[in-house]
Parts: sequence; structure tokens; C-alpha cells
Amino acid sequence: MRRTNAVDAADPAICQQIATGMKRALPIVLGYVPIGFAYGVLAGKSGISEANALLMSLIVFAGSAQFIAVGLFASGTGPAAVIVTTFVVNLRHLLMAASLAPHMSAWKKKYLSFFAFELTDETFALHSTRVSILNQCRPEALALNVAAQASWVAGTILGLFAAELIGDVKPLGLDYALAAMFIGLLVGQCDSIIKIVTAILGGGIATVLFLAGFQQFHIIIATVIAATAGLGVEQWIKK
Amino acid sequence: MDQEVIFWTILGMALVTYIPRLLPTLFLSGRKLNPIAGAWLRLIPPAVLSAMLLPSLIVREQRLDLSFDNLFFVAALIAFPVAYRFKSLSATVVVGMGVVALGRYLGWST
Repeated sequence: MRRTNAVDAADPAICQQIATGMKRALPIVLGYVPIGFAYGVLAGKSGISEANALLMSLIVFAGSAQFIAVGLFASGTGPAAVIVTTFVVNLRHLLMAASLAPHMSAWKKKYLSFFAFELTDETFALHSTRVSILNQCRPEALALNVAAQASWVAGTILGLFAAELIGDVKPLGLDYALAAMFIGLLVGQCDSIIKIVTAILGGGIATVLFLAGFQQFHIIIATVIAATAGLGVEQWIKK
Repeated sequence: MDQEVIFWTILGMALVTYIPRLLPTLFLSGRKLNPIAGAWLRLIPPAVLSAMLLPSLIVREQRLDLSFDNLFFVAALIAFPVAYRFKSLSATVVVGMGVVALGRYLGWST
């Protein structure tokens, strides 16, 4: 049997694609290193072991869910609630995967599985800007993903080291990293009136539920109601 | 909290994160999505992001707080236009954290 991987790596066209993919990942890297750093510091301060904090960046690789989990662990929330919250928060990747997959008909299952593992809001945003080349440029797409996760893990490690040096995260505003990241992601998502209306509904309903005492399930309930109402309005306008 | 419990919880988190990323990638590769399902799914990201964000900005100590005493709310009023103008996640994060850090330096209580 020939080692096809070794042949792949030696092919100059493939090397070129990998270089292009890593170059395209640069804006993500610039964002992930500081946010990963903030996560590392908060995790280091929260009582989670460094190994567990790093493991999360390696096998969960979902920024917002990781921040939320650190907060929940710190407040003593049980495993079931943490896992359900993670599921809800990351369910949005379902849509992203569903929108990219139709353009990946030439990919083998093992590459699709690896690609899906590193699908985040940011890698999705970059892939969706050049969706037409996704089928031919598999090494480029995978290199982009790997570079993104590498920067997230590097940021986490730096943060874990810095956690010991930083007395309190508050004077640095690190406890605002998650909210600021959501603001950036939300603004990036709101490219139509119907999405803005849905976002306002989702936030409003979540706030009302939160104030009413539904502090575990306010996110999923508000998300489902807002998206369904938004869909209703959209279909009604079309008619 | 027990690190072993956290370890197993993280494995669970990894699983419930990977499944929604994996299944559509595998099963919709080269196919088309039902248009109504697609339209609904397209509205999930703004809905869930806003649902996670807004309570953390405007609820303080179990009460609605839309005053300028609320530093997280004030920082959001600055971070939103930055996000809109520069379309940059890192710029938004740096400015948001910067405003909160500066606010605390200047004596905001939160």
C-alpha cells in the first residue's frame, strides 16, 4: 500500500492551498488569540483544573459555550444543566453545517467529519464567503480550520499561564469578553430586517423569562419562540 | 467542584457540540434543505445570540437596569456601533473590554 498522505503533502499545489488557507485564517487568529486568552484567564481563576480548561478548547472548541460553562462550573451548576445549555448554545452550528454541506459533495466522509469538528461561527463566516470553491479546495478549507483552532488553543494556554499573574479579571474587563464577542457576532448576523426583528424578540423574551425566574431554560425557549415568530412574519410578508 | 465530574461534563459538552456540527455536514453533503426548515434555521443565530446577550447587559441583581450606572449596558452602547462600523470581532472585543476596564478605573461600581 502506498502512503497517499505523504504523496498529498509533497504535491506543490496542495502546499499552496494549505498556505492560502492559513493566510485566510489570519483575521480569525487575530480574534481568537485574545478571546482564547480571556477564556484561559477566567478558567484559571474559576477553579477548573488547567488540564480540563485546555481539554475544553481541544475537544469542545466553541468559544461562547466555553465561557458560559466556566461561569456555570464556578457557580456550582450540575453537569446536566451545563451539557443542555451547551447543546442549546451550539445548536446554531446545525444551520451553518446545513448551509455549507450542499457545496461539499466531492468530500469523503472522514474529511467531512474533521471539517465539522472545527466548524465555528467564524470559520463558517469565512467558508461561506467562498462557498463555490469549497468542493475543489479541501486542503485549503481544512488548513483554515486547523489554523483557527490552533490559535484558540494557543490563546487558552497563554491565558492559563497569565491567570496566576493576574490578581483580578475585573480591572482588565475580561469578564466582558463574552458579551463583547456576542455583540460582534450578532451584528455580523443581522443582515436583514427580519433577522433584526428576530434578534430583538429573542433578547426581549429571554430577558422577561430571566426576570420571571426561568434561569436555566430562558435561552432555548426565547430562541425557539423568536425564530418561529420571525419565520411567521417572513412568510406572511411574502404572501 | 470535583475535577473528575468536570472532565466527564466536558466530554458530554464535546458530544452535544459535535453532533449538530457533524450530522448536517454528513447527510446534507451535496443535497438541498427544505426551504421552510432552512428559513427557520437561518433565524436561529440572531435569536440565540441575542437571547444569551441581552439579559447579561440589562439585568442587574434580578432587576432591569437601563441606567448609565450599568457599565455593561454603557459598554454595549459603544461596542454595537464599533461592531457595525468595523465588522471586526476582535475590534469589538477589545473596545468592549477597554470601555469596561476604563469605566471601572474611573469608579463605576460594577
